[in-house]
Amino acid sequence: MIDVKNVDKIFYAPHKIQALTDVSANIESGEVVVVIGPSGSGKSTFLRCLNHLETADAGHILIDGVDLLDPATNIDKIRAEVGMVFQSFNLFPHKTVEENIILAQRVVRKRSLSEARERTAILLEKVGIQDKAKVFPPQLSGGQQQRVAIARALAMDPKIMLFDEPTSALDPEMIGEVLDVMKTLAREGMTMVVVTHEMGFAREVADRVIFMDSGRIVEVGPPEHFFTNPSHDRTKLFLNQIL
Amino acid sequence: MEEQLTRKQIRFWSGAYFVIILAMIGGFVLATSQITYSWHWSVVPTYFVAHETVKVQAELEGTVDSIQSSGESSTITVKGEDGTFESYEVPSGGELLAGETDMVFPGDTLASYQEWRPGLLMLGMMVTIKVSLYAIVIGILLGIWGGIARISANPAARWLAYTYVELIRGTPLLVQIFIWYYIGSTLINQLFHKYIGFEIPALWYGVIALAMFTGAYVTEIVRSGIQSINHGQTEAARSLGMTHFQSLRYIIMPQAMRRILPPLAGQFISLIKDSSLLGIIAVRELTKATREAVTTSFASFELFFTCAALYLILTFTLSLCVQYLERRMGTS
Repeated sequence: MIDVKNVDKIFYAPHKIQALTDVSANIESGEVVVVIGPSGSGKSTFLRCLNHLETADAGHILIDGVDLLDPATNIDKIRAEVGMVFQSFNLFPHKTVEENIILAQRVVRKRSLSEARERTAILLEKVGIQDKAKVFPPQLSGGQQQRVAIARALAMDPKIMLFDEPTSALDPEMIGEVLDVMKTLAREGMTMVVVTHEMGFAREVADRVIFMDSGRIVEVGPPEHFFTNPSHDRTKLFLNQIL
Repeated sequence: MEEQLTRKQIRFWSGAYFVIILAMIGGFVLATSQITYSWHWSVVPTYFVAHETVKVQAELEGTVDSIQSSGESSTITVKGEDGTFESYEVPSGGELLAGETDMVFPGDTLASYQEWRPGLLMLGMMVTIKVSLYAIVIGILLGIWGGIARISANPAARWLAYTYVELIRGTPLLVQIFIWYYIGSTLINQLFHKYIGFEIPALWYGVIALAMFTGAYVTEIVRSGIQSINHGQTEAARSLGMTHFQSLRYIIMPQAMRRILPPLAGQFISLIKDSSLLGIIAVRELTKATREAVTTSFASFELFFTCAALYLILTFTLSLCVQYLERRMGTS
């Protein structure tokens, strides 16, 4: 489903940093892959390359066989199939919860208003905030906002969902409600790539864990192997520090 | 730490405010009394609505055939020497000077009546409003495009917008008006005249000069407004599959608009005031109208104060409208 081949990414501002070096990964349909690693290891950059929010400098990123780095690719079409959830939610503050979820369905998917409304109601129920449809995002708690953001991404009926540290900006008591929604999604067979520091989630939900450090993928494996018997020293060190 | 005043001090300084204002007015009145300026406030209203006497004049030689009065008007019918009839309408309240069977010659006054028409200041104010309104609309459009171009990834768009802004902001408006009027209009009107067969009136060169000037400032206001919106908003919109234009249209501009409204209002207030410069290219807006009124009445003090008050009414109304808009946008 996602095929990443030899991707490099260099940032030039504020100073030159090689964020990704020769990163290759393969993510199957229905798979939940959790990306972990110390901050600055390139895991967010890797994730953002997957929907072209960052443009990789070299290599190939194939989504369903279409190369994102091919200039002929219509990136807007691909992005509609790849949902993204951000650390800071990025809800549209000038629109109500319902309007947040309806907008892209209307302008990107060209759904009718009634169809979009119907889909929105179903999604809001799924993420457990059906009573907040008419509320503006700043009036919601962080956990609620993140659940709206997940519903907004799901409204496009994406084939893949990307999560960029979805619980890092939340108060501890709200992390559970967001992870629960993500677990439900995983159980339903959604293809997910999740950058997170929630090791419990990785252990419980992930099919595979990718460990990154200094812009490279150091180790990939199923969570049981990864958490109990990592093969690289760098992985061991990292796990020792956080567990 | 904000400065704290006791209640007594506040009362004292509030009183002081009114004393200062009254003293300024008093001082001014005193000064004018020294130079024996004779005030004629009574002429001012005549520059808002003037009434003038209209003469109804015969256009052929003959005799008055009949005068018929209905409720609203009278009709004077004149029978010409050659047997043709011609009738003239006089509104009620008019004075009939000719009687039936009177002999008339072309140019004879048959009747006269009073007509109300907008005075010089009123006309000038209408021109000021018209010019400002056109310039605001064009300026907003220029500014939105300019602002978007200014931060575009396309170097041609970015540099063009930058050149436009620097060129306009770096030269005096007065010079720009001269250039538009003397160079722009000569070129454009002669080319138009040659190939299309019509010319653009001077007023429009004034509008273009003001609009281009305002557009440059609005460009910078729009640019900073767009840049003040968190980049995450664009990323969220684009990650949903929206195009660059859609994310601007639905996500960025509505939020930026709210922030740029106050500086935009200031810019448009400046525009209304700057429109007073158009008098130099023969656009008879409020200031030029006032100067003309002064030359005929010599009531320069009264008229320039009135002129200032009229600008104040225009700018203050605009300011109130924007405050209302701001409140309405703030609650949604």
